[in-house]
Amino acid sequence: MSREGSKAAVGSLVHVGIAAKYNFLNYFRARRFYVMLAIILIIAGLLTALVGYYRPPGFVDGGALGFYGAGWGSFASIVVVLSAAFFGGDAISGEFQNRTGYFLVPNPIRRSAIYVGKWLAALTASTIILAVFALAMLANGLFYFPGNVPWEFVESFAFAWVYLVAAMSLAFAFSSLFKSSSISVLMSVILLLFVFSVIDTVSSLVAGIEPWFSLTYGAGIVSNILNVPYPAAKTVTPFGPGGRFTVVSYNATVPEGLLILLVYLVVMAVLGLVLFERKEFTS
Amino acid sequence: MPPSIEARQLTKRYGQFTALSGLDLSIQGAKCVGFLGPNGAGKTTTMKILTGLIRATKGTALINGVDVASDKKAALASCATLIETPEIYPALTPKEALSMLCEIRGVPRQDKNKRIDDALARVKMSEWADKKVGGFSKGMKQRVNVASTLLSDPEVIILDEPSSGLDPRGMSEVRDIVTSLRDRLVFMSSHLLAEVTEVCQEVAMIDHGKLLVYDTIENVTAKFAGGGGAAEVGFAGNVDEQLRVRVSKLPGVTSTTKSNDRHLIVKYDTAVLTQDKLLESVAGLKAGAITFSQASGLEDAYLSLIKETL
Ligand SMILES: Nc1ncnc2c1ncn2[C@@H]1O[C@H](COP(=O)(O)OP(=O)(O)O)[C@@H](O)[C@H]1O
Ligand SMILES: [Mg+2]
Repeated sequence: MSREGSKAAVGSLVHVGIAAKYNFLNYFRARRFYVMLAIILIIAGLLTALVGYYRPPGFVDGGALGFYGAGWGSFASIVVVLSAAFFGGDAISGEFQNRTGYFLVPNPIRRSAIYVGKWLAALTASTIILAVFALAMLANGLFYFPGNVPWEFVESFAFAWVYLVAAMSLAFAFSSLFKSSSISVLMSVILLLFVFSVIDTVSSLVAGIEPWFSLTYGAGIVSNILNVPYPAAKTVTPFGPGGRFTVVSYNATVPEGLLILLVYLVVMAVLGLVLFERKEFTS
Repeated sequence: MPPSIEARQLTKRYGQFTALSGLDLSIQGAKCVGFLGPNGAGKTTTMKILTGLIRATKGTALINGVDVASDKKAALASCATLIETPEIYPALTPKEALSMLCEIRGVPRQDKNKRIDDALARVKMSEWADKKVGGFSKGMKQRVNVASTLLSDPEVIILDEPSSGLDPRGMSEVRDIVTSLRDRLVFMSSHLLAEVTEVCQEVAMIDHGKLLVYDTIENVTAKFAGGGGAAEVGFAGNVDEQLRVRVSKLPGVTSTTKSNDRHLIVKYDTAVLTQDKLLESVAGLKAGAITFSQASGLEDAYLSLIKETL
């Protein structure tokens, strides 16, 4: 028979590209992308207006580095978390809840190819969002400090992007874990915005342990790189009568931070993929 | 090698509940096999396992000899599927969604557009080809889903209640499409006897997760329909009592029953008559017979088989 069975099968790498292409097309046409873009533009617009009108201390009086630290450095992580959760949080759970997986999965394609393709599409969409925010900050920076773009800002953008990749892996893992899209998006946001920060604080302040196991601790390099000199790895501040008590705070060095991000990236990517491979299309 | 679908001791449990229990089924060759059973019988469960949507608790599912659980990509290489009512990415158009499947299935680039156009034409969705799926009705989406099984040139097609969500016209169109696919192995589930009788040559009946029988429709009917054959004859005009008596007096006919205004169910003695002989003699009456099928015989068999497992 001269049917498909005798033809050479499509390679899994090609499948990754196909899944990425059509998922990106779906993102790019859907309301969500533009809602996210609008949120970012509103944040950037508010920052622009407030800084332009009030000229708050730390923004325009401390040099270019200070400006990028206060603007980009304070908000980049939030942009990363929101876009990872928005684009990745329901990427897999949506295939189950919205039943789109019934169209895509029962085909001669590996689940892993679908997973990686969707991951690339979500990463592309959120990279665009992050880049738009960076460009808005850059435009402001160039307005106040023409011709002066600190190298640290470029580094910070690169770190933020690595953080985005790691956060995307985590959001995908959550997305594979939960059946409901809204729960997986919400859990990703709550975890990345609040839970990790609480863990960081409790671990260093209360227990006096460096929170090397926390993703947001590693992501501290995104804003820390804009502080010159780079913050100390460990700061002990005495307080109370006669300095009886001490407060300990930690900062990951750049290599440590990158390592934490990479470990999260790999572990979460593998975990999410394993969960997706085992997940069943019931209901 | 002929196309094949095989289930070996297929079992699926959801917690304590056994949805599928040691199902053995081996189908080979180009033909249409109906998978018949009441709601909740385990049809979808079987087909989800065959297409890698869920995993069997025990047992093996093979398509064209390849184990689906260990290599879905190879097993489905020449198999198109339609399980339940899939949704398509809402921001895509039918053309784009079908393009995605063409690319995944390795349809040659130069054939892609023609295949998509043909498939959409067959489900009468050509004029919607470039509209976003998000706004489509259930029936329109299901038409695109049916089109998705016609893109590549698969040896095996697995259809899980393909006409669900369609209006009567859509259902009849799907039957025509499935009938035209008989040069491959089509495995189609349904809870509609008429659908299976009309398009399938063989039938596998399932209830409570157990396979009751798998055979040709004729054999199933002969074995389980209280003996003898049965055929449903449709007439151009209404069937009156006089006509019914004329048919029942044909040699070999044991009983006749009106199933609706224009249809008669004719039971006959298979020792005296074969189906083709009955058709000839009914036609010989010149009473306006226009259709001839074996629906009611299967209905008999179905009812007696399903009752038996209760
Ligand atoms: N996820 C699930 N959890 C529990 N029971 C299920 C699940 N999916 C299906 N079932 C049960 O398994 C049985 C078979 O279902 P199914 O294969 O969908 O039947 P059908 O023949 O109508 O397609 C039904 O009794 C159904 O209630
Ligand atoms: Mg079903």
